Amino acid sequence: MDTPNTAALRRTPLHPLHLAAGAKMVTFAGWDMPIQYVPGILQEHLHTRTHAGLFDVSHMGQIEVSGPGACAWLESLTTADLVALPDGRQTYALLTNDAGGIIDDLMIQKVGPVFHVVCNAARLAQVQAQFAAHPPGADCSVTLHEDRALLALQGPQAEAVLQPLADVAGLRFLDVREYPDAVAGGLRLSRSGYTGEDGFEISLPAAAAPAFAARLLEHPQVRWIGLGARDTLRLEAGMCLYGNDIDDGTTPVSASIGWAVAPARRHGGPRAGGFPGADIILAEFAAPPAKVRVALLPDGRAPQRAGARIVDAEGRELGVITSGNHSPTLGRPIAMASIARAAKDAGTPLFIDSRGQKVAAALTAFPFVPNRYRR
Amino acid sequence: MNHPDNLRYTDTHEWVRVEQDGTVTVGITDHAQDALGDVVFLQLPDVGRTVARTEAMAVIESVKSASDIHAPVAGTVTAVNQAVADAPEQVNQDPYAAWMFVIKPDSASELDALLSADAYSATLG
Repeated sequence: MDTPNTAALRRTPLHPLHLAAGAKMVTFAGWDMPIQYVPGILQEHLHTRTHAGLFDVSHMGQIEVSGPGACAWLESLTTADLVALPDGRQTYALLTNDAGGIIDDLMIQKVGPVFHVVCNAARLAQVQAQFAAHPPGADCSVTLHEDRALLALQGPQAEAVLQPLADVAGLRFLDVREYPDAVAGGLRLSRSGYTGEDGFEISLPAAAAPAFAARLLEHPQVRWIGLGARDTLRLEAGMCLYGNDIDDGTTPVSASIGWAVAPARRHGGPRAGGFPGADIILAEFAAPPAKVRVALLPDGRAPQRAGARIVDAEGRELGVITSGNHSPTLGRPIAMASIARAAKDAGTPLFIDSRGQKVAAALTAFPFVPNRYRR
Repeated sequence: MNHPDNLRYTDTHEWVRVEQDGTVTVGITDHAQDALGDVVFLQLPDVGRTVARTEAMAVIESVKSASDIHAPVAGTVTAVNQAVADAPEQVNQDPYAAWMFVIKPDSASELDALLSADAYSATLG
């Protein structure tokens, strides 16, 4: 087993709590992060679907964009409609490159005059490089907040758990609110997440995070959940994982996330285009690209994982699995794949080349497990 | 970790019980099941298959990863445990009850190369 040089790894403010909880730690994007705790991935997954799971996602990049030019500058780099984003709301957005590929997928919140951006830990350097290549003017400032933690509380009991600490009952899916008195320095949360469940993502000062997490964990319904279950939960919810299902060579429509290109930024919209790769990306709404991301239900019980080839009955290559695993909720394998759009449209029978055996796979619709957002 | 003294081991994390009739019963160790995490799938060999020593002859998959299970000795598969393939979580619950297959060794002398519990534990560092 590899023994990474853990001294060189970054640690979140919750790191001592993970060790105390018996977490198995792994290296993720340069951080020493919990992949699972004592119950294990299956139990953690099911606990999140039935109770409330607490995730430390403090490794993610938290970037503040402010100033009179903030909205226009962020729109010049992303697919979002930030002009129309109401105060106290959050939107999913794509940071694109000149080829129409995805540099990163982001959550952007608007709170008063300020935009708060969350990016993937593994993509922070590329996000910063894109920002540096397209620097804002004097009317906009960009600040990376490495002094903040990020927690996610997910599951049907999340609201009941959080309510005594912050009045969240009135929030709907993708609402954002600040709670200046909840902890020293205040916290900001959104009703959102990466599991398909109702839940909250909570940004707070690093110094306040361990005590706040401990208070949440005092609730009998709350358990720590590791990155392993985070991945199986998001897979069941049909959500893309950057680096697996989307990357800088994947366009939004080919990844079946064309919805992340706001109507206002498409042809016929009030601010069509105006972000890197817009010509390529917008053309794909009229002339769909050759690839498409699909949901698959592989036959049998064996998990079918990323990298396995998708072929037709004659063995001709049609695509590749981009994410796949055992679904704890469904008790069967599920997978996302990037395949030839023509094969999807024609209903071509699909097979997975699984260690030399051909395993049939049925097309289904996302999500694999219905989401339970409070809209 | 629990690695019973009455069993023999491989450096690829199989346990081996030498039966009175000279066959060997094989499973994976407590260390292996703990490292794999929740086991969700087990692909067993066909009875009658002949295997070389260290040959990958079965597949075990957890939510985390897929691993091969290797033949501890050369021989012929004489039995497989379909019950554990049908309920692979048994591997996590009791790895030494969840045997996977039985091999009739070609040569009893290969058993000498297997590790004692102490020697196996030492490989885990």
